[in-house]
Amino acid sequence: MFQTMPLWPVRASTTANSVDALYIFLVVVSALMSAAIFTMVVYFAIRYRRQQGRRAEQIEGSHALEITWSVIPFCVFMVFFGWGANIYFKERKPPQDSAEVYTVAKQWMWKFEHMEGQREINELHVPLGRDVKMIMTSQDVIHSFYVPAFRIKQDVLPGRYTVAWFRPTKPGTYHLFCAEYCGTSHSGMVGSVVVMEPKDYEAWMGGGGSQPLAVTGQQLFTQLGCVTCHRQDAQGRGPNLVGIYNKPVLLEDGRTVIADENYIRESILQPAAKIVNGYKPIMPTFQGQISDEQLNALVAYVKSLSQSSGQTGGKSMAAATAQPQM
Amino acid sequence: MPNSPVAMANHEAHDNPALLHHFATEQQQKDAASLGMWVFLATEIMFFGGMFCAYLVYRYWYFGDFGAGSQSLSVILGGTNTAVLICSSLTVALAVRAAQLGQQKVIVTCLILTMILGCVFLGIKGVEYHDKFVEHHVPGASFHFPGHIPAHPDVPINQQHAQIFFSLYFIMTGLHALHMIVGVGLFAYITYYALHKRYGPHYYTPVEIAGLYWHFVDIIWIYLFPLLYLIDRHK
Amino acid sequence: MATAAVETGERETYLNREYGIKSWLLTVDHKRIALLYLMSITLFFFIGGFFALLIRLELLTPAGDLVQADTYNKLFTMHGQVMVFFFLIPAVPAVLGNFLIPIMIGAKDLAFPRINLLSWYLYIIGGVLMLYTILNGGVDTGWTFYTPLSTEFLNTHVITAGLAIFVAGFSSILTGLNFVVTTHRMRAPGMTWSRLPLFVWAHYATSIIQLLGTPVLAITLVLVVCERLFHLGIFNPTLGGDPLLFQHLFWFYSHPAVYIMILPGMGIVSEIVCCFSRKRIFGYQAMALAVLGIAVVGFLVWAHHMFVAGISLYAAMIFSLLSYFVAVPSAIKVFNWTSTMYKGSITYQTPMLYAFGFIGLFTMGGLTGLFLASLGVDVHVTDTYFVVAHFHYIMVGGMVMAYLGGMHFWWPKISGKMYPEGWGRLAALLVFVGFNLTFFPQFILGYLGMPRRYWDYSHSPEFQILNVLSTAGATVLAVGYLLPMIYFLWSMRYGKPAPANPWNAAGLEWMIPSPPPTFNFDLEPVVTWEAYNYDQIKEEVPVAQ
Repeated sequence: MFQTMPLWPVRASTTANSVDALYIFLVVVSALMSAAIFTMVVYFAIRYRRQQGRRAEQIEGSHALEITWSVIPFCVFMVFFGWGANIYFKERKPPQDSAEVYTVAKQWMWKFEHMEGQREINELHVPLGRDVKMIMTSQDVIHSFYVPAFRIKQDVLPGRYTVAWFRPTKPGTYHLFCAEYCGTSHSGMVGSVVVMEPKDYEAWMGGGGSQPLAVTGQQLFTQLGCVTCHRQDAQGRGPNLVGIYNKPVLLEDGRTVIADENYIRESILQPAAKIVNGYKPIMPTFQGQISDEQLNALVAYVKSLSQSSGQTGGKSMAAATAQPQM
Repeated sequence: MPNSPVAMANHEAHDNPALLHHFATEQQQKDAASLGMWVFLATEIMFFGGMFCAYLVYRYWYFGDFGAGSQSLSVILGGTNTAVLICSSLTVALAVRAAQLGQQKVIVTCLILTMILGCVFLGIKGVEYHDKFVEHHVPGASFHFPGHIPAHPDVPINQQHAQIFFSLYFIMTGLHALHMIVGVGLFAYITYYALHKRYGPHYYTPVEIAGLYWHFVDIIWIYLFPLLYLIDRHK
Repeated sequence: MATAAVETGERETYLNREYGIKSWLLTVDHKRIALLYLMSITLFFFIGGFFALLIRLELLTPAGDLVQADTYNKLFTMHGQVMVFFFLIPAVPAVLGNFLIPIMIGAKDLAFPRINLLSWYLYIIGGVLMLYTILNGGVDTGWTFYTPLSTEFLNTHVITAGLAIFVAGFSSILTGLNFVVTTHRMRAPGMTWSRLPLFVWAHYATSIIQLLGTPVLAITLVLVVCERLFHLGIFNPTLGGDPLLFQHLFWFYSHPAVYIMILPGMGIVSEIVCCFSRKRIFGYQAMALAVLGIAVVGFLVWAHHMFVAGISLYAAMIFSLLSYFVAVPSAIKVFNWTSTMYKGSITYQTPMLYAFGFIGLFTMGGLTGLFLASLGVDVHVTDTYFVVAHFHYIMVGGMVMAYLGGMHFWWPKISGKMYPEGWGRLAALLVFVGFNLTFFPQFILGYLGMPRRYWDYSHSPEFQILNVLSTAGATVLAVGYLLPMIYFLWSMRYGKPAPANPWNAAGLEWMIPSPPPTFNFDLEPVVTWEAYNYDQIKEEVPVAQ
């Protein structure tokens, strides 16, 4: 029955299983509550229809009933809340060793860049069974990255990164939709996510011939002159960037922030926003001088400077497939 | 059970021509007008509140640039305006008191003083706006705000953030000024009727509720002044 | 004073007191103003409905083959703006609220009759601006105006649309102000707060929201217009601004706005259920507190529209939790209406049929709200047809049905004529069936993944069958809406004259003639009875008129 008249999309990720379980629970409870109300209404409407010789009985109310039917639904609602919050909590925290794909959305297409350097437009290839983290930004307006088969959705904003992650559990090709109205061809901003068996994925990867994103970033780091101040010894005019990813940074105004992707991005585009303690605010801004793709490469490079010390950052899917994590 | 419809209308004889037909008593009319003005002021708080919200967010994020923008405003002019408005609230309160006591000449005098002070405020505001225009601090194509963040000679002002400060400055003070113009207009209307001796102990509601409105406009400015003019000035 | 009525010897009513267009356009009589509003909102309802029909026609086939993409984007934008700001928000308060509240509390008029007229003129000015926008190429921002799309990337009439809504918002604020002051200050002797009809309580709560929420929308629109005109950057990330700030400010109003839309409908349902069950409402206190609770808690949940927008994890959790709180008073109301029917003496006139429909459809709409409040599910269904179905269940299945129920219930009082009961029941049935056929498939469509605001879905032809069902339902629904237009107009000329109390209902409005005299009461009533005093009313609802 569900083949011809499906009630939900195919389940192709770990999240999909959790979400559908909660959804079905919600459907069942709602159906029961609706059925209860409808039955009562219909029953009362018939049973207490006007009849000769019988008058309506005036009933003021009942505190006990009011409390009961406030507390019981409330408890049920709290179950809905807790279960949903639990799923969401996991959805918002990409696993540590996720492989990463940088995404730039624009009117009206999706541009993907894998860590190994492969670029794709509107079609995203991912291997089965690996955690994939999408690091996304928009070049223009707000878009939204939506894959119904994975049950994930995340708005993609201009000016900052937002993140979504998934682990595909079923090979196949699945719809990718833009889910935030973005102008004329909003309904044309669609694509697909292709989940491949790990062997097929490696074969597909191998046919690329492009250089890893972090290497591109390193080249830019040199070309743009970053390397002159951000040296790897203690003598640079700028902080040493080795090992900083996802670690706390003390700023000169006393605040401490975590050096995540958005921090790195902001430091390149608006260096004066957060000055590291002990350094002078002399870094020039690169706003308007580099594209979103180049920015992604630089961020990927800076993150890769943390990999050798055993921290996460910029894991590629090829590296992930070499060390199976099942 | 309630009254059944009666053929003849049976309205009370109203001695007071100011009493409108749908009110039963003068007190009810006065209470309604009063409550109406208070409720309206609550909506105005929410209206300005949206802007204060935007201001608070950006001030938190761009404190340095906001400090620089703030310090380019004239505390003297702004402070004078604050004093002017507070005095005008005094004259309004005196006008209401005079109306309660039936002192016709005092009512008119105080209302006219209030309007004059209101216009003084608007005039000074005009001077300030002119200064900003001349200095290229008006957001738009010719916006130019060179300099550095207060107490940080090595950190240049971010033009975008400064422009947001001035956008909020103009919108907030501009809307405030608009409310003041409406207030002055209201008082002109009331002064006209005061000259015709319309107000006295039996009926002074319009003076009172216009006064409420004016006090509110004053209070908004009392918040605007430190938030816009006095950021980071102690250094 | 001589009136047109006195000259002809007819009983003086608010309708025949004076004739001529000036007497209508310069009236301060709350009842005439209600009718002015009735004509205007009906016009906008059909304009918004026409846009909806075009949308549904386009969606019959996967390809975008009826209109161009930009046109489609304008259609759904203007359908939303017209329906929300020019129909749903004003409809019940400005038509039924204006007409009935003074009478229900025993007053001669609202506290500020001239401000009431001003409200209508502001609505008309806003409406003219909206019509100007529509006729000059339209606007395609979506009714939500998200930035930076609306401020930087579109070339349509964003500013005039924003101004139209701004002006209409002031109409809404002034209506709310009038109702609050009226309820506080104009009650007749003996009409204490605990004797007020729930219709009045519902409008009181609605007015609180209108007063406190609408100004925030007003300032947000001002900021958007300024941003567009002067390229300011308050909401534009390339100029240092934050698009999420817009969303917070917008939803801070627009979420409570949905309660502005539904609470008056709930007030209507309370009146109807009591009358046609011949019973006092079950749990009067709880019902009054529930509308106040919804109004207050409704201000605390706005960011549940932003769970995937990029807000922090913890903010999302808090707003999800609070959203469940606001569901509790709504549930209480449904239970209380149902309990009111228990041991009642029920008849099935048209208003009661609409009330039944409301209870069922509002329950379904409310329950699906719980799906959306649940973070895990919301991530999947937000921005899809699931949300569209949810809010249409509440707004159309709930609100519009309540509005129609109220119009039928009080039509005899307003016009002095009875509507044809047979046609009324048929229309109610068509509306119910058409509505469910239109919107139930959309829940499934949404969970399957069809996003909102999609002009073309040729990449997903599997969505077609559900879209076809939905469009079929829409045509039935359209017929269901046209029928009352026709027979209400018919009844004004050919309908049976209505007695003062055709339903033998409780309430002050039924104790004065139909239609009422201009000043409502000849003698100020002194109230000594509780609301819904059906214990004191011996008669049942009269059988078929």
